Amino acid sequence: MEWLERNVPKVVLAPSFVAILVFVYGFIAWTAWISFTKSRLMPRYEFDGIGQYERLFAAPRWDVAMNNLFIFGGLFIVISMVIGLALAIFLDQKIRAEGVLRTIYLYPMALSLIVTGTAWKWILNPGLGIQQAVRGWGFENFTFDWLIRPEMAIYTIVLAAVWQASGFVMALFLAGLRSVDTEIIRAAQVDGIPTHRIYSAIVIPTMAPIFLSAFIVLAHLAIKAFDLVIALTGGGPGYATDLPATYMYAMAFSRGDLGQAASSAMIMMGVIFAIVVPYLYSELRPRRDQ
Amino acid sequence: MTSNTLLRWGLYGILILFAAFYLMPLFVMLTTSLKSLEEIRTGSLLALPRELTFAPWAEAWSTACAGTQCEGLRPFFWNSVLMAVPAVLLSTIIGALNGYVFAQWRFRGANLFFAAILFGCFIPFQVVLLPMAQMLGLMGLAGTIPGLIFVHVIYGLGFTTLFFRNYYVTIPQELVRAAKVDGAGFFRIFWSIFLPISLPIITVSVIWQFTQIWNDFLFGVSFSGPGSQPVTVALNNIVNSTTGVKAYNVDMAAAIIAALPTLLVYVVAGKYFIRGLTAGSVKG
Repeated sequence: MEWLERNVPKVVLAPSFVAILVFVYGFIAWTAWISFTKSRLMPRYEFDGIGQYERLFAAPRWDVAMNNLFIFGGLFIVISMVIGLALAIFLDQKIRAEGVLRTIYLYPMALSLIVTGTAWKWILNPGLGIQQAVRGWGFENFTFDWLIRPEMAIYTIVLAAVWQASGFVMALFLAGLRSVDTEIIRAAQVDGIPTHRIYSAIVIPTMAPIFLSAFIVLAHLAIKAFDLVIALTGGGPGYATDLPATYMYAMAFSRGDLGQAASSAMIMMGVIFAIVVPYLYSELRPRRDQ
Repeated sequence: MTSNTLLRWGLYGILILFAAFYLMPLFVMLTTSLKSLEEIRTGSLLALPRELTFAPWAEAWSTACAGTQCEGLRPFFWNSVLMAVPAVLLSTIIGALNGYVFAQWRFRGANLFFAAILFGCFIPFQVVLLPMAQMLGLMGLAGTIPGLIFVHVIYGLGFTTLFFRNYYVTIPQELVRAAKVDGAGFFRIFWSIFLPISLPIITVSVIWQFTQIWNDFLFGVSFSGPGSQPVTVALNNIVNSTTGVKAYNVDMAAAIIAALPTLLVYVVAGKYFIRGLTAGSVKG
């Protein structure tokens, strides 16, 4: 009884401990193991070396998926950061109705990516969407048919993803701007330093941790992007807009190729960890020192 | 002075332009959902409806076909409610207790375990998809709503624990020590000291989890069966349904219906929504 009393905190944590151990780490281990076997439709457990990874990297479709990840991820992160920072700085100029504008900028983040994809698929519809509307205004030759052009379709995903997430980046940066010491800014203003110099030399450098946070969150969103592709392009035309997440899903649930699904999932995890681990390490270290 | 005024005008111009960009899809969804198919075919995407019709909404809610099932979004909407409510409550309760332990009842190895949980927040779910499918099968939960609840609770724990831990860690440990001296136990201290001050963080956790779970598609499409699909999966099926004439107005009405609950939460409690979004990413 006394033992129980002393150990209540551990007992409370125990179910979560077991759950995390099994369903996160155990499952990762299982997937890792399967990625080193000859598993196809059913899991097989005999070790078979790196054959699945060789097949993966030889597959043209995976090549397209990884290329798309870099195009999509790179553009999505950079454009969202630029728009987010610009909007945050603009909103920080004692704007009237700031609250309303902020609410409008951020609401897409509350939507499901399936909803976002559905909406943009309709807007970008070449026959009846924005292209037709602009032609109706008299610009007969206006063309905006990225959705059905294999080499351009990936940019429609960038567009919809930026629409969804850039307001969130704005909110992050705005919170950062508001936490900068106003005394320093006032002192700089008194000294007659122009506004753009105050931002570039004082404000933005102090926000380095927020840049990092925004980058981590956006990179994470980019690598996990799945719903948006399914709803907007379905991975097409052909497999032109496949991302690793859709490749993995196709292998797991429509192709019945567990080995390929597992090895592609492991690569995805590798990419995320390459980005997140240094960040988590720096986040956790000072807390340990407390 | 005049150049300054000009600058202000330009500033407002840009801000309003961006507002238009963010609002445009919502505007297009709403107006399209209120037009007849005839008007959609002949009119402009950005035009207001000449003649309002609510038929697409009725169809989206109760007769539109998702795959072979033609009962509209209604049954799937309720699936999502039945899935989200228990999953949100369970993951929040467990997260609160976990966070309380991590913040106030540290023991050897607690930091390492916390790091392990935090780490789990970042894994791409693709890496657990295959074994979870097998596990749900073994547990007899494959294709059921309880199965989806189980999955959402497990993979939501990391964030809810993080929220509560970061909130409770700001409360001085002397408080707990004093309560212990007075003879209060673990649960008593939680119940009478921590719970009463937790309303803001409970709100953050509930809103975060609700938004995540309601909007989830990956788990829904991977682990649900014909009778247990959440609304996001049904929406995608309705939009990509190939039978009959493409009813864009019904698609848009369905999209708005699927988005309404989380939009409503955002409008009512936007402050807490933003706090949830930033809690995981800004060191606090």
